[in-house]
Formats: sequence, C-alpha cells, structure tokens
Amino acid sequence: MRRNKSGAILIATQMAITLAFLANAMTLVEHRLAWSARPTGVDEANIFVMVTESVEHAADPAAREALDLATLRSLHGVVDAYATNDSPLQGGGWSETVELAADQQTPSALTAHYFGDEHALHTLGLTLIAGRNFTADEIAVRSDDAVPPASGYIVSKALALKLFPAGDALGKSIFVESTTISSPIVGIVDRLQGPFTGANGIFSTFAENSVLSPYRPVGEFSRYLVRAQPGQVAGVMKSAEQKLFEIDGNRVLRSKSMAELRAQAYRGDHGLIVLLISVCTALLIVTAFGIIGLTSYWVSQRRQQIGIRRALGATRRAIVSHFQTENLLIAAAGALGGIGIAAALNLWMVRSFEMVRMDNSRAIGGALLMLFLGQVAVLWPALRAASIPPALATRGG
Amino acid sequence: MRTPLIAYYFRLGLRSLRRNGVLTVLMITAIGVGIGASMTTLTVFRAMSGDPIPQKSHQLFAAQIDNWGPNKPGEQSEDQLTDQLSYIDAMALMKARAAKRQSALYLTRLFLRPPDPQQKPLKVTVRAAYADFFPMFDAPFEYGGPWAAAEDEGRAAVVVITRDMNDRLFHGVNSVGKTIRLDDETYRVVGVLADWQLIPHFYDLNVIPFGQSDEVFLPFSRAIDKHMVNIGHTSCKAEEKAGWEARLGSDCVWLQFWAELPTAADARRYRGFLYNYAAEQQRIGRFNWPPHTQLRDVMQWLVYRHVVPSEVNILLLVSFGFLLVCLLNATGLMLAKIMGRAGDIGVRRALGASRGAIFMQCLVETGVVGLAGGLCGLALTGLGLLAARSLLPKEFVALTHLDAADIAIAVSLAVAATVLAGLYPVWRAAHVQPAWQLKAQ
Repeated sequence: MRRNKSGAILIATQMAITLAFLANAMTLVEHRLAWSARPTGVDEANIFVMVTESVEHAADPAAREALDLATLRSLHGVVDAYATNDSPLQGGGWSETVELAADQQTPSALTAHYFGDEHALHTLGLTLIAGRNFTADEIAVRSDDAVPPASGYIVSKALALKLFPAGDALGKSIFVESTTISSPIVGIVDRLQGPFTGANGIFSTFAENSVLSPYRPVGEFSRYLVRAQPGQVAGVMKSAEQKLFEIDGNRVLRSKSMAELRAQAYRGDHGLIVLLISVCTALLIVTAFGIIGLTSYWVSQRRQQIGIRRALGATRRAIVSHFQTENLLIAAAGALGGIGIAAALNLWMVRSFEMVRMDNSRAIGGALLMLFLGQVAVLWPALRAASIPPALATRGG
Repeated sequence: MRTPLIAYYFRLGLRSLRRNGVLTVLMITAIGVGIGASMTTLTVFRAMSGDPIPQKSHQLFAAQIDNWGPNKPGEQSEDQLTDQLSYIDAMALMKARAAKRQSALYLTRLFLRPPDPQQKPLKVTVRAAYADFFPMFDAPFEYGGPWAAAEDEGRAAVVVITRDMNDRLFHGVNSVGKTIRLDDETYRVVGVLADWQLIPHFYDLNVIPFGQSDEVFLPFSRAIDKHMVNIGHTSCKAEEKAGWEARLGSDCVWLQFWAELPTAADARRYRGFLYNYAAEQQRIGRFNWPPHTQLRDVMQWLVYRHVVPSEVNILLLVSFGFLLVCLLNATGLMLAKIMGRAGDIGVRRALGASRGAIFMQCLVETGVVGLAGGLCGLALTGLGLLAARSLLPKEFVALTHLDAADIAIAVSLAVAATVLAGLYPVWRAAHVQPAWQLKAQ
C-alpha cells in the first residue's frame, strides 16, 4: 500500500468528506422529516378552510357572516363550522406575548393567538383535558382595532405548562393582548399547534403554544373552518362553495383542505429533504466510483505480483481478502477523519446557519456506512484480481 | 509551432479517452455530477440572494427609529429595532425632506369596479406611496408617468397601474387619462408600468418577499385620508385605542420608509439627521431612552431581514462539498489513468520529449476530460433545475433559470476544476523516469 500512497490518501480524504456531509445532511433530513410530520392536534383529515372576501362593501358584514356560518352548519355532511382569524398550517399568523402580571417587563411566553366561538373546539375536533368550552353568550365580535375584554381563554397544554410548570394553570389569570386587563384560563386542550410552520427562527420556538380567545372576527374578509363527516371533505367543500355563492355572488372565495395546507406548508421542507437525499446518494455513488477506479488501477499495476503470489500458492480468497483488508484500512482512516470533520462542520453550521445539532451517533453510523461502502466497491476489482491466472507470473508482463 | 502541437495533443487526448473507456466514463460522470449539483444550487442561491436593483442598491436606504424603547414585547430583531415606522415618525421624515427622494409606503386592498360593465368587480392589492417612489426605485413606465408631487399634497384621486392590470381592465391599450373606480370613488390613471420585477421585493418584505404583489399605486396622502386599512404587518407595543385617528397617533409600526441618498456624504448626513430626530423626541419627552436609529442600504437590508433562507446556505455548502469530493475523485482517477500510461510516457521521454511537452500533453488531456465533464454537468444542471422547480415553493420558481453566463460558469468551472485536480497526476507523469519505464517493459 505504501507504493500507492497518494491514491490511498485521495480515497481516504474523499471518504472523510463524504462522511462529513452525509452525517450533517442526514441530521437535517431527520429533523425536517420529524418537523413536517408533527400533528397539529386538530382533525386534519376532515377539515377545510374557506376564505371569503367581499368585492363590494357589505352593508352588514356581521349579518352576512352569521348567515354564512348558519348555512355551512346546516349543510349536509358538515359536522360544524366557525369563523377564525388564522388556522393551523397556514404558514404565518397572529402572535402575542403572554404575561402573568400587569407590570411585567419580559413576557412569560410567546404564543399563537386564535379567535373562535363555542363551535371552535367541536369543529377542530379538540378535546378538553381540563376546564370548559366557551358558551355562546361570552363570544364577542372583533372588528377594527377594538379589543373587547375576553371572558376567558382556552390554551394548549404546551402553553399552560410553559406558564405554570406546576400544572395548575386552570383558573389562573393571564395577560394576552392587553397589559392591563387579565382574563382567566377556562379550558386546556391537549394539543393545538399555532399557524407558524417554519422550521427555524423565533416562531419555531413556540410552535405548540396557542391561545383561543372567545371572539368572532367580523370584516370584509372572513376565514371559516369547516369540519366534514369523515371522508367527505372534497364533496362537502364543493357544495359549501356553491351554497355561499348562492347567498352572495359578489365575493372572492377560496377553499383548501387541511391536507392541501399541510402539503403547501411543508413543500419547502420536503423539497429540501429530496434534494439532500439525492445529493447524498450521488455522493455515495461518486465515492464508490472512485474506489472502484483506483482499486482497478492498482490491480492492473500489480497483475504480475498477484500472479506470482497465486503461483506461490495463495488462494483466490487470499487475494480478495488482501484487497479488502487494504480497503478496510484506508476506509477506517477516512472514517476517523470524517467523524472529526463532520463534528467540526456541524459546529460551524450551527453557529452560522441555524443548523440543527448533530447527534454523534449519526457520524458513527456514517462511518460504518463508509466501511461497508468501501467493502462493496472493492469487491468487483478484488474479484478481478483473484481471477488473474498464476501462469501470468511466468510470462513477464 | 505551438498551436498545431496543442491540436495534436487534443487529438491524442480524445484517443486516450476512448482507449480507457471505463475510467473515462467514471471520471466524466463524477465531474458532471459534481458540476451539476453545485451549479443547480448556485443558480437558486444567486437568484435568491441577488441584488434586486444593482444600479441603485447603494443609494437606497431603509430608515429605522426606535420608538418603543427598551423592554419591547417578543419577536424582536437582533438590534432591538422594529423593521417598520409609526405614522408619526414616517410623517416627520416626509416633512423634513432631508433626502433627495423619500417615500413612506404601505399596502392596502380595495375593490375595483372595471370600466367595462361586463367585467365582474374584483379585489386588488394597492400600494400607497409618494410620487418619489417611482423615480426612486427606477420604475419603468409603458404609458404616462408618476403623479406629480402636488398631487401628493392635494390627496388627488390618481393611480398608476401595472401592465397586468392594464391588460385586464383596458385590454392593453394606453389608458392614461381614463378612470377606474376604487371603493366606489373615481380615480384617473396617470401611468401604466412596464414589466417590473423586483426580486426580492425589498421595499416591503412583509408581504411576499419573492413575488410581485402591488397591482395599483395611489398617493399615500389619499390612502390615509380615505382610511384605507393596512393589510401588511402591524405591530404595537401596547394595546391601542380603536379607530383610524388613534392608529395614526399611536406608536404602532406599520409603514415602510425608503430614502434615496446618492452619495456616501448624503447617507452620513441622513444618519445624523435621524439621530438628531430621535434625540429631539427624547428632549420633548416622547422617547424616554437615548436615540437609537439605523439606516441600511438594500443589500444590508436583505441580510438584516434574513431574506435568504438558511436552508439555501446549507444546500449551497453541501453542493460545494460535493463538488470537492467529485474533484478528489477525478484526481484519483486521473492519477490511475495517467500512471497507467507510464510506459507510453517513458517511450515518449526516451524519444526526446521534454518534461514540459509531457506536462502539456497530459494537461490538454485533462482539459478534454473537464470539457466533457462540464457539458455533462450542464445537462445535469438543467435536470437539477427542473427538479428544483417542482420541489421548491412557488415563489422561488420564477428565479431558477439558466442563462448564458451560468452556462459559461459551469463549463469553465468544470475545465478549471479538472485541470486543477489533474495538476498532481500530470506533475507525476512529467517526472516519469524514461529509463525506468523502458526497463520495466
């Protein structure tokens, strides 16, 4: 092997760099797969979102919205519906700070802020783990900038625990939109994800924190969430659009199922995953090519030497294992270096590009993969070497 | 004498490629795949981090003033400044006219009744701006031009529309002087923009950073007068009283503000002006904290607002790591290929070829491999961009195209990288001892 120093160094370096990128890319892929698969807590399969915007000033937007909702709720195949400001998986939305005292300088938590009436929990398919739902008479209308006082809030368990780690959030008062008026937590739901879907940045740090306030938003622009009977989303969505157009044709209407929203929200993450996996696969193939190429060259250079060894009684098996051992040594050196480079690369990327931290097991897994790749790649040239006839030794070239 | 020799080396190179088929294919594939992957991400990266207005990006500045003081509610930026201005501060800057051109901006949405009664009414996205907006951002006009500064003062009912809007409402004919109805009031068209794409949409990144959103432009003063609601981002430090007048008098931030400052001295003066403005606010007791202001030009603004997603940086890094591996690979294979011909080289050396000649011959051969790899890489880049287009979110799609410059970059990168990768093997080849090689035969 010493004779082919430069070739061996090239292969080891190549394997080290391949390993470093592979381990980091797989860390990112794993993170994004997990991120984009997080459940929102709502009955995604059967919910769709309708956004309606009037193209002329509505005389009485509150009345029109009430009529829209009543129509939707009475529609065949609809379980329930309500009007909201934002929906999970929307991508961006309303965020608020939560404080526990009126004069608090640093907020206790950041949270998504949803509006909903007494139909919200049923529509979303959420179950209370503590407390109660809103009642019809405590729902206030939200229009313009006016903030009517909230009678109480329903919060997600994640937010409840963040604010009150002891687990006694129910009944406690919190400040959400106002820094002067607080309202009690009246209910806690197991899980309700905020509308933000970005995998990094400030919004990803409070993805599971949500407050549901007892408001019905009213304006020229409305967003309805509608829950259909299981398996009927597509059909119900169509008939709902038709019905709303019958009530008022002068509107722009768009509907999307939660499934479509999910696909749209994580399109970038899935794109990244596919790109990274393709690049890594190509990287492995290229590295394997390199090993095959250089080993073949060594085999062809050592034809005579191999012939002599065969003539002196070395078995085919011994020739194959010679090349395998040689490759194992090179790959082990590359893998060791690669683990170091992978860790350094990860540290640097975490510092400069909001990269996720790599688990050391990924680098070790990558190292084992490199050893395996080396063994597979070397097999073909090694077998070719083993097939060199012993008679070659006598022929001299 | 030199030229025909190089042509001969080139032919030799081609012949040698054919002779050692497997190695050649491996090498060209490796280089091609490396170039393809790195060019694909480079193209996406360049498009996303590119300068949207190269001729002027160093003269256009976004102004920031700290009107919230310390202890801001969540979501704050690294320098504790909000990225928009309040109405009070934006108006003070507009009144001061301390820059060559300046404009406060915001986005609203109005319903539009087309002049043709056959067409259905529609909702349009409207940019409220000052007359300076158009010359400041070099907005190109198809017909007419911006409204006059006097029309800003007079809160005139005038609009500039995009070409798309003009096609839709007036079937593409010159509509200057015609009227449209917005929220049931009549507006006179004074200008129609030609195609105008600012990518990223730097002057208002709150909307869609990589898409064009503005369809109609009208005077800011008019928009305020008519209580046109902001549909962009609004942030308030504390809860505010309801109503339009309360919003205008509040410290809620919701306006973008840009200034054109042609020289570095202008920018320095403007920085001083902003600082003094904040100091004055402190003196009169509106701010009870020391002045904190900032002025950033277009590229600084894009970096500050993290317009390029960190994923793109990571992808770029991975691709270049990939290119590096491909080149190491090519070096190894080249070494195998060239050293495999040590015998030939020995004969040539024995017949009198100088080291330089051998070096030259091998280098040309490497270049041939690089060229082939580059062409292969170009094809793969095309495929890669097709894939990227189907995988990435819509707003990036428009950006990913290959132009002549990219093609030149890809091919020259491939040749340069391969020659670089080949230097070591070629150097080794040039040092082949003729006698040694001949003896071995």
